[in-house]
Formats: sequence, structure tokens, C-alpha cells
Amino acid sequence: MSITATLIGQMITFAILVWFIGKYLWGPMTQMMDDRKKRIADGLAAAERGVHEQELAEQKAAQHIKEAKEQAAEILAQAQKRGVEIVEDAKDDAKAEGERLITAANAEIEQEVNRAKETLRAQVVDITIAAASKIVKKEIDAKAHGELLKDVVGQI
Amino acid sequence: MSSSTANEANGLTSVEYIQHHLHNNSIGEGGFWVLNLDTLIYSWLLAGVLMYIAYTMGKKMTPDTPSGGQNVLEAIVEFVQQQIRDIFPGSNPLIGPLALTIFMWVFLMNAMDLIPVDLLPELGQLVGIHYMKVVPTTDLSTTFALALSVFALIIYYNIKIKGPIGYIKMFLFHPFGKYLIPVNILMTAIEEIAKPVSLGLRLFGNMFAGELIFMLIALLGATSLLGLGPQIALGTVWAIFHILVISLQAFIFMLLTIVYLGMAHQEIDEH
Repeated sequence: MSITATLIGQMITFAILVWFIGKYLWGPMTQMMDDRKKRIADGLAAAERGVHEQELAEQKAAQHIKEAKEQAAEILAQAQKRGVEIVEDAKDDAKAEGERLITAANAEIEQEVNRAKETLRAQVVDITIAAASKIVKKEIDAKAHGELLKDVVGQI
Repeated sequence: MSSSTANEANGLTSVEYIQHHLHNNSIGEGGFWVLNLDTLIYSWLLAGVLMYIAYTMGKKMTPDTPSGGQNVLEAIVEFVQQQIRDIFPGSNPLIGPLALTIFMWVFLMNAMDLIPVDLLPELGQLVGIHYMKVVPTTDLSTTFALALSVFALIIYYNIKIKGPIGYIKMFLFHPFGKYLIPVNILMTAIEEIAKPVSLGLRLFGNMFAGELIFMLIALLGATSLLGLGPQIALGTVWAIFHILVISLQAFIFMLLTIVYLGMAHQEIDEH
């Protein structure tokens, strides 16, 4: 029961064992566990970031939708305004065109009336001459009484 | 001596039985230059087991799907790491492997105590080995090999961190300031030497006493048939209790190693 040279052997064994375990177990294992810890932390951070980004994206989307709605309303309003304008313009054009047509028609009617009057007048002269010549038979000479007849026709 | 009737099977008295069990299988002339083969071989075997486990686990471990063995080792490594983080100031790449090795190797060597005391020696008898002590930590050489290695590291890191002058200063001025230098030298020397002595003796004492009690319990049944019942009952109780002792002693050895090396890593406080 005493300390013997076994001590030296055990010390060498101990030193080798410490070196071996440090190299093949402690080193790789702590390295792996640290890596894993870091990976988990990174993953959690990424998830957190993802949630945050999603929130931002949702806000952005809502903003976009709001803007789009506003734009659509604006465009609609403009279109309606433009439509009203076009209708008004069309009404004005139509009115002007109508008036023009009416005026043209009136002028034509007047022309036609005048022409008719002329024709009628000429025919009345002819008819009158015919009638008069029939009444007075040969007594009236167209040439001699032309002056008178013209006067009569003018009065019609 | 009523209990010294006889271990009839081997033709030994109780005293002889115990002495036989406490006898190392050694070669050498006597005095210091003796090699205890049983101690060496059993501790090498256990070191080999540890190396095998460390090597295979270190090779096949995966970060994503740890298997059972890897989980156990990870738990132990994490436990040791936590102790170091709590106690040890700063960082040192050696302290982790050192603490882990002490914990696992001492635990395994202690665990040899749980193998029935007579089993391996009797098997040895069959192949012609007459003396065998199966628990390496019941050999002072083993416990002091560990304690003195730690002591060497304590001195090395004391000098490395504090500097040679700082280390001498620690001896000169340490507990009581500069007016009691002779007392300081004595006190600090005792304090420093007490570290390896207490480390080595604590482990040896616990394991040796445990082994001795296992032998005494084994003697109960050997002396008379009436002793067989108490032997089984007491052996079971003591073995269960001993599971605590072997883990605790391994843990204490590791913890004190970390504490002592931590103290060596602290800068000297000025008085």
C-alpha cells in the first residue's frame, strides 16, 4: 500500500488520454454543438426577420391597393367628366347642325316658292292670254295688248 | 476473532482473504520501483474503452439527428462545459478535455468497484493469476498520478499567468500581507501542497473504503450460511449507495481540478 512507479505509467496514460479525448471528442463535439447553437439562433433570427418582412409586405400591399383604388376612382371621375363633356359637345354640335339644316331647308323652300311663283306667274300669263284670246277672239292682238297683260300679271 | 473462522473454499482466514484482495499483482524489486500490473492493465483497458467511444462518436456524430450514444456524450460534455463556464475565469483550451477526461476515466475506474469483488480475481485464479485488484482508483499510484498531474498544471499555469515573480509574490504576501512573510510562505506552501494531497487521498480513501466494505460484506456469506441473507441484503444496499459514491467522487475530482486551475488563472490580488 504505497505509491510506486505505477504512478508514472498512470501519468503518461492520463496525458495521452487527455490529448486523445481533446482531439477526437471534446474538440469536434464542442465545435459541433457551437455550430448547432449558432444555426438554431440564425434560424430563429431568420424566422423573426421573415415575420417582420411579411408584415412590411402586407403593409406595402395594403398601401398599393389603397393607391390603386384612389387612382381608379380618379380615373372614373375623369372619365365621367369627359363623358359629360362629350355629350354636351355633341348636343351643341347637333343643335348647330340642326339649325344649319333648318336654315338651309328654309332657304331652299323659299327658292322653291319663288320658282313656283315664277312658273305660276308665267302660266297665269299664258292662261290669261289664252282665256282672253278666247273671249275676245281675234280682237286682241298679243302684241298690241302685251303691255296691259304684263301689268295684269304683275298684279297677281 | 469469531469471524476469522475460515474461508474454507480457499483455505484462507478472513484476514488473509482481505489481505489477499488488497495485494496488487506487481513486478519489481520493491520500494518505489514496482509496477502494479493489475492497476495499469485495468486502467488501460478503461482508457481504451474511452478512446474507442471518443473516436467512434467523434467520427459519426451528426448535428441534426443525434443518436442515443451521442445524446449521452453531449449531455456529459455540456455538463462539464457548464461547470467550466460557471467556475473557470477566462478560457483555456486544455481545461475542457482535462475535466472531461478526469470525469469519465475516474468514473469508469470507480465503476469497477460495482463488479462483484470476487468475480474477476476468481477468474484470474483459474488462469493462474494469483493477485488482482480490479479497481485502479483503490491504488494510491493512480489517484496520485491524477492529482500530481493536476498539481503540475496548477504550478505551470500559476507561473504562466502570474509570471515567476508573481508566483513568488503569492508565496510571500498571500494570506496576511507583507509583514508576516515567514508565516505567509508556510501557509501558502501548505495550502498549495494540500491541493494534490487532498485530491489524491479523497478519491483513494473513498474507493478503498468502499472496496473494503464490499469485501467485509462478501465475508459474511463465506463464514456461515446464516450470513448469506445479510450478505445479499447489505451488498445490494451498499452497491446502490456506491453508485452515488463513484459518480460523486468522479465529479468532485473534476470540479476541484477546475477550481484549482481557475485559482491558478486568477491574477494576484494586491495587498
